[in-house]
Amino acid sequence: MTEEQRVGEVIEASTTDFVAQCYELYQSPPLGSLVKTRDEPVELYGIVYHAATAGFETGRRPIARGKDEATEEAIYQSSPQLLKLLRSEFGALVVGHRQGDKLYHYLPPKPARIHGFVYLCQPDEVKEFSQSLAFLNILINTHLPVSTEELISACLRQMSQVYEDRHAFLVAAGKELAIFLSGQFNQLKAILERIKQ
Amino acid sequence: MSEHLGIVVSGSLSKGVEVRLDSSASVEDMAGGRYVTIEGKKQRFFGMITDVNLEVIDPKLTLTPPDMADPFIAEVLDGTSTYGTLHILPMLTIGGEATGLIEGPQPVKTVPSHFSTVNLASDSDIELVFGKEDKGRFWIGNPLDMETKICLNLTELVKRSNGIFGKSGTGKTFLTRILLIGMLQKSQAVNLIFDMHNEYGWAGTREGAPPVKALKQLFPSSVAVFALDEENSRRRGVSTDFVVRIGYDEIEPEDMVLLRQTLNLTEPAVEAVYQMRRKFGKNWLQRTLDIKDAEETRDLLKDMNIHESTFQNLQRGLATIRRLPFIEPHAPVNAVISILEHLDRGMNVVLEFGRYRDVTSYVLVANMLARRIYAQYQERMEKAMGEDTAKPTPLVITIEEAHKFLNPEVASNTIFGTIAREMRKYNVTLLVIDQRPSGIDGEVMSQLGTKITCLLDNERDIDSVLAGASGKSELKTVLSKLESKQQTLIFGHAVPMPVVVRTREYGSAESYRDFAPGQETDIGKRAEKDIEELWE
Ligand SMILES: Nc1ncnc2c1ncn2[C@@H]1O[C@H](COP(=O)(O)OP(=O)(O)OP(=O)(O)O)[C@@H](O)[C@H]1O
Ligand SMILES: [Mg+2]
Repeated sequence: MTEEQRVGEVIEASTTDFVAQCYELYQSPPLGSLVKTRDEPVELYGIVYHAATAGFETGRRPIARGKDEATEEAIYQSSPQLLKLLRSEFGALVVGHRQGDKLYHYLPPKPARIHGFVYLCQPDEVKEFSQSLAFLNILINTHLPVSTEELISACLRQMSQVYEDRHAFLVAAGKELAIFLSGQFNQLKAILERIKQ
Repeated sequence: MSEHLGIVVSGSLSKGVEVRLDSSASVEDMAGGRYVTIEGKKQRFFGMITDVNLEVIDPKLTLTPPDMADPFIAEVLDGTSTYGTLHILPMLTIGGEATGLIEGPQPVKTVPSHFSTVNLASDSDIELVFGKEDKGRFWIGNPLDMETKICLNLTELVKRSNGIFGKSGTGKTFLTRILLIGMLQKSQAVNLIFDMHNEYGWAGTREGAPPVKALKQLFPSSVAVFALDEENSRRRGVSTDFVVRIGYDEIEPEDMVLLRQTLNLTEPAVEAVYQMRRKFGKNWLQRTLDIKDAEETRDLLKDMNIHESTFQNLQRGLATIRRLPFIEPHAPVNAVISILEHLDRGMNVVLEFGRYRDVTSYVLVANMLARRIYAQYQERMEKAMGEDTAKPTPLVITIEEAHKFLNPEVASNTIFGTIAREMRKYNVTLLVIDQRPSGIDGEVMSQLGTKITCLLDNERDIDSVLAGASGKSELKTVLSKLESKQQTLIFGHAVPMPVVVRTREYGSAESYRDFAPGQETDIGKRAEKDIEELWE
């Protein structure tokens, strides 16, 4: 497998999702991408459903500083401590796990470990994971701050990039969705509109 | 087109099963009447597509249809949100079970389990069900879009009366001719054909093409042509074997009952016929016509309690009969005896009506001859049973315009009604041909063993043909969707299950070779040439 790309560290975890802090400000993986974290012998897979950048101290908001600066970049240059006062984090919805050689497209027995490293999955792994699209059902049925249509379409767009035949993948995924969303045609339509090329 | 069609999703034994089409199979490739097999867990089912439906998973789709112009959306929705279903009537089980393997296809007693896979039937499946062409089975046509032969069990067929139906121009006559050839070769029965339009004996007409050969040209040694109109037959180049004449004294009151409507007779006039017969005996017709309008007549009528207007009505009717050119006071030779003699020798008899295609002639002659031939058969059968002598050869009588003989008003007292009801008690059965089956008495229709029906579009005709058939509503859909020519639905005793066939092609040199192998003689060829010249 290709070199692993570490993107953050778990700082909050529950059965259904985990929150990770990015090592670099603004370096959160894209919405809908597949990430993973380990809790030996289990590897947990998550779909990034949310990302945010805010001040460290809850309740305190940064204040506008650029009135006298020429560029945005200059703000950070004149106040280098800013990078330390701000942080980026992202939330991932747990959609499956791996134990040994086997992939499971449902929730693992335990939540992720705090301080577990979070990696962005590489194309081969994305391909392997997306052989089954059963995880879409988890995305559909979880109440999230972001709209389901947005998340699912972002996820499918991301995943389709690892396929040579993107169209075939998207059609197959669309068909799977059409079955999951059999009674919610409007939602299905909204997603299809967002994934057609 | 893929062989795999879909899976069973619901159903019942009485109404058939619903099959969800795979997205790989297009509804547009489906057709009512096609055969399928269903792979149940324990047995294979054989059935027929009787309906094709379009379904949507969410009714919202029909209210705000998606943008199907977008190929991506269209591709995704096809087979998922929008899909096709087939309605299938399982009819037989083939193989699978021990009995099925030994005894061949069995009627269905249950339905396949949920999600059993459904495939188009293969040629070998169809052969398994309908059997191979052999000495008792006759190739009548092919299933839609397939090359397999569908065969009728003719030995089974002639055990009962049968019917050929279809509106005008759908191929009844062609089909009948084909079936007659089959019976002539494979049924061990002889045929007597009342050929109203001169289509079965020597040559038959064909729309927009030269005439086709008929029975005698193909089977000269086993077919005899009898003519009612000798001159006409001669003009058509037909070599006739016998000229039929009818004597007044051969006509019975019963014949008049059938002619009541065509001759415009009143009910009392028909009553009066019976009185005349009682009074004057065999010569009643002549004697009734001889009665002059005089004093003594009035007394006579008064004695018999017949109203004068009734009598005039009767005389007018009888005069019409007397004017028929083939009617004579005394027929020189007895047609019935000659027909029987031919039948006994295993010859098939076609009686051509020549120019006398009017209903009066047809009904009168067919009824009269059939009645007397039947009486002979009855006598011989009874004798054969009593004395253990040989039974007469089974006889199949073909009549056209069958409703004229078998409508509810007359069916109970005509010979054809009797034959239809008695099945083959006396070794005589009917082949009835009609374009208005609703005109035929329901009881007679229900006695027909096998019904062969081309397209019908009148609701009442369809209902009368399908009355009592299992899966009636499904067959109705199939029947109303037949093509307007050369396609037919067959159901009843001679086939293990209802079947839609494209009737065998009839009329090409190749078809004659197939129908009558080895019959192609020089005489035959010469005759063909003559016929073609005649047509030009
Ligand atoms: N098996 C067949 N082979 C070749 N041609 C056929 C066949 N069946 C029907 N046809 C064509 O259809 C035409 C009509 O068929 P046919 O004369 O048998 O109809 P019909 O039902 O007897 O009509 P009607 O009720 O007017 O007597 C024929 O002239 C012929 O051209
Ligand atoms: Mg005809």
